[in-house]
Amino acid sequence: MNEIRFSGFGGQGIIRQGLILGKALSLYDNKFATMTQSFGPEARGSACSSQVVVSDERVLYPYVTKPEILVAMSQEAYEKYEPELREGGTLIIDSDLVRLKPSKRKIKIYSIPSTRFAEEIGNRIYANLVMLGFFAAVTKIVSPEAIKKALPGLVPSRYLDMNIKAFDRGFNYGLEVLEKEAQSKVEKEPKAEKKTAKAKNEGMEK
Amino acid sequence: MSVRKKSADPKGVLTGVHYLDGDYAIAEGALAAGCRFFAGYPITPSTETAERFAERIPLVGGVFIQMEDEIASIAALIGASWAGVKSMTVTSGPGFSLMMENIGLACMMEVPIVIANVQRGGPSTGLPTLTGQGDMMQVKWGSHGDYEIIALSPDSPQECFDLTIKAFNLSEMYRVPVFIMTDECVGHMHEKVVIPPAEEIEIIERKWYEGPKDKYLPYQPDVDLVPFMVKAGDGYRFHTTGLTHDQRGYPVINAEAQDWCVRHICDKIRLNADKIIEYKEDETDNAEIVVVSYGITSRVAWKAIQDARKAGIKVGSLRLITVWPFPEKRIEELAGKIKAFVVPEINLGQIKREVERAAKGKAPVYPVSHCGGWVHNPDDILKVIKEAAK
Repeated sequence: MNEIRFSGFGGQGIIRQGLILGKALSLYDNKFATMTQSFGPEARGSACSSQVVVSDERVLYPYVTKPEILVAMSQEAYEKYEPELREGGTLIIDSDLVRLKPSKRKIKIYSIPSTRFAEEIGNRIYANLVMLGFFAAVTKIVSPEAIKKALPGLVPSRYLDMNIKAFDRGFNYGLEVLEKEAQSKVEKEPKAEKKTAKAKNEGMEK
Repeated sequence: MSVRKKSADPKGVLTGVHYLDGDYAIAEGALAAGCRFFAGYPITPSTETAERFAERIPLVGGVFIQMEDEIASIAALIGASWAGVKSMTVTSGPGFSLMMENIGLACMMEVPIVIANVQRGGPSTGLPTLTGQGDMMQVKWGSHGDYEIIALSPDSPQECFDLTIKAFNLSEMYRVPVFIMTDECVGHMHEKVVIPPAEEIEIIERKWYEGPKDKYLPYQPDVDLVPFMVKAGDGYRFHTTGLTHDQRGYPVINAEAQDWCVRHICDKIRLNADKIIEYKEDETDNAEIVVVSYGITSRVAWKAIQDARKAGIKVGSLRLITVWPFPEKRIEELAGKIKAFVVPEINLGQIKREVERAAKGKAPVYPVSHCGGWVHNPDDILKVIKEAAK
């Protein structure tokens, strides 16, 4: 079972990330995925989070309590939710929006300038899809095909292509980051080459 | 009994596999059941149902009205239903309180209507955005006088869809308001919802009177105790009122008429209770402990039950699908065989008292209660199961 939290502020498409992931997993990746959300009374600008519980069996407890994966797209969200991240878990941040605090915790950290990439594509509104692409690449929890199948109906049809483009941008960047990570491990520990390659193929523990 | 069964009108059925929240699933269930009139007043956490109706119902030839308040919403449903249109509304705590007066009127007039209550923490305005199950007794007793209703409790968006269809069917069958008692957690939770093809959805229509126009009696019980209906505006002369009435529907203000009228609206549910009641049992046969639960709490309780079984405790589950009428016979039967009941719920023990009443002292009942704002941690339920098993 996986517990995932997307977080940021209202207006960034944080709830949409959870919806797209949940739909992709439960309709196209043959998983059970329950999505819940929480937000402040304000429509935009307040702390906002969506949560997805993923399992091979029916999800009984619908809320995330100790997520394995936290995606933070604002400083406030990072500071609020980082402490609940499970030991050994994965933190994914927008590197332009979140400044990491010194920490001795054993967590994996991946970062991407998702908002900047989205602006390069044409509009910062696509930052959530850039992030979702990056998320899909580094966590391997969801297949990129499933996400693309899930998009119609959840993004406006005339912007579907742009959303797919944004997703691919994040996904490809994620693959690059993984590649670099694998290479640096190989350079550091040349003897452990086989092991590293195997770990890379298996991806994240599920 | 001359109940009319048929398959759903394909126009309202969004056949396919969807990713919906409970609120949306209620709207889709209603449209599949043939609901073509919605009147309501928005309130968190039920507003998404109203939004979905506003978007979808005009496409299937129905009507959406945002009313001035919840009292008027029920009044509008009563009128629409008498005109022959399946009707529903949706609300939460404070709106539900306002509806109570006209819910009594619907019971007295014997009008099929469906009301979904997406429960939030109460009393009063309480916790608008957080969950609760505190209206379980209000739905049964909230309006004045003696009457009976039917209430269902879904545990997922899929059940929100399925049980909304069931709610319409029961409502049409028994000429009674039927309630979908869900909660904020299920209402706002997205999951896979499978909507079958229209021909696989069984729809029950109310019994229409087809006799001579001058002979129609709106409150003459049929063999199943449920009177026939006509459509207002089709040329039948009839009278209907909230006052105590005779079979013609005319007011009769005396004790004898009161006895007939009130017993009639109660008996048509009480004497048909065995046909109405639905619950799901698991391993109750040689259980020492039986967990009685409903709605979102039954899902969380299922985790606790599995953990308790791993710990070697013989735990059975009785999940209420219909909370009202209450399966008191089954509870009493079980009470004679088991060590104790455990009743987790998001209120301070409303259905726990009902289990106690039905158990008649033959088995103790352990509550797992809190006031709302969150769903139980399964470990809290497990702790009480262990305590009850000692």
